[in-house]
Amino acid sequence: MEANIAVSSEIEETWNGGGPQPLGASYGKMMMWFFIVSDALTFSGFLAAYGLTRFKFIDSWPIADEVFTHIPFIHGNYPMIYVAFMTFVLIFSSVTMVLAVDAGHKMQKNKVAWYMFATIIGGLIFLGSQAWEWNTFIKGSYGAVKTTDGKILQFVKDGHQIALSDFVVGDRLDYREEHTRKNGLWFESGKALPQYSVAQIMASYKADPSIQIRSEQINADLKQKIVLSREKGLSELGKGKMVVEGADLKVNEYGNTIFADFFFFITGFHGFHVFSGILINIIIFFNVVLGTYEKRGHYEMVEKVGLYWHFVDLVWVFVFTFFYLV
Amino acid sequence: MAHAHESNTKRIWVVFGLLSVITIVEVFLGIEKYDSLHLTSFFGTSPLNWIFILLTLLKAYYITWAFMHMEGEKKALRRSVVWSAVFLICYLVTLLLIEGGYLYSTLAPLVKW
Repeated sequence: MEANIAVSSEIEETWNGGGPQPLGASYGKMMMWFFIVSDALTFSGFLAAYGLTRFKFIDSWPIADEVFTHIPFIHGNYPMIYVAFMTFVLIFSSVTMVLAVDAGHKMQKNKVAWYMFATIIGGLIFLGSQAWEWNTFIKGSYGAVKTTDGKILQFVKDGHQIALSDFVVGDRLDYREEHTRKNGLWFESGKALPQYSVAQIMASYKADPSIQIRSEQINADLKQKIVLSREKGLSELGKGKMVVEGADLKVNEYGNTIFADFFFFITGFHGFHVFSGILINIIIFFNVVLGTYEKRGHYEMVEKVGLYWHFVDLVWVFVFTFFYLV
Repeated sequence: MAHAHESNTKRIWVVFGLLSVITIVEVFLGIEKYDSLHLTSFFGTSPLNWIFILLTLLKAYYITWAFMHMEGEKKALRRSVVWSAVFLICYLVTLLLIEGGYLYSTLAPLVKW
């Protein structure tokens, strides 16, 4: 038995960085690299699946610039600005993290603590931004009509997408009303009724000749969604089945259902990594403040969570490119 | 430890500057979307997409090498991490993208627009 154990396990220093150092890396660091490689492959699997699906629907995939266009507190069309801001926040929190590691090498306890604190704040800002981004995505901003053959019809005026509320007028025409508790003896809650009905949208479309319908299909030469003629639009709208506002896992106003599914899944999985990273950073922060690593004689623990934190940043760089840029 | 622990503060800020500049360039190109880069094709996709992908890989290099301190690790550790990941990812992405293209060519004719 003894022969199988390279170093006596009686030395309880696993959490101390570990004794034997193959490849010059301590046990803990090595295990962090193992984890990072496997997690990198997990994320690659997600992004590659996204790539496959996008290639499968290459002629109708939503254009990111038309989906992510909002900045908090500011009205208007600003594609990409906010995600770029999020990227900066994450890169900057990576910088403070690496500065914490650097200060750790010099055994400067206070500096390590402050840099860890800054890193945690950066992580929280990122997570908050992502929550806001999700909220905007789920609520939607324009609304669309889904047809019986599963296509999403959006509305444009003068080449710009407009919201349903910008042109829909009149009555619902389908005599439906949302069922509320006060209206019946036996109340069963159903799906919330959209603000407008398909018939109402149809009537408003007919009434206003400046409104056109944009299909999901992309003009490959111009890389823009094809806008239908008034007549073609009317016949497509005739197939209208339901009004879609915002996004959930089954249907969304941006286009392919699976586009929103991937958005939720990939950014959600990444956001969960950020969330766990913040928790781990908080634990390490308190350990630094309590002087745990000062007593231990080195700050390798900070270095190890640093690796994880940088990895989360690394993943975001790829998500940013493949979700928002390419 | 295999590597010396000299202070790297200056390098950290230089790398931060580089990463910021790359991100700004990406966002700028993404907003401008020059037709000559966006609407032309080069090796299967637009030159703009290639620029984005190359800049992303450059960012990934700086994050891994400078922030994750890969440059200070032993060559064997570096290679076992980077080579295995890069190889497997290239393999997976190539197969899946080819397959995605095939699905499109098979299914697209069935969709009536």
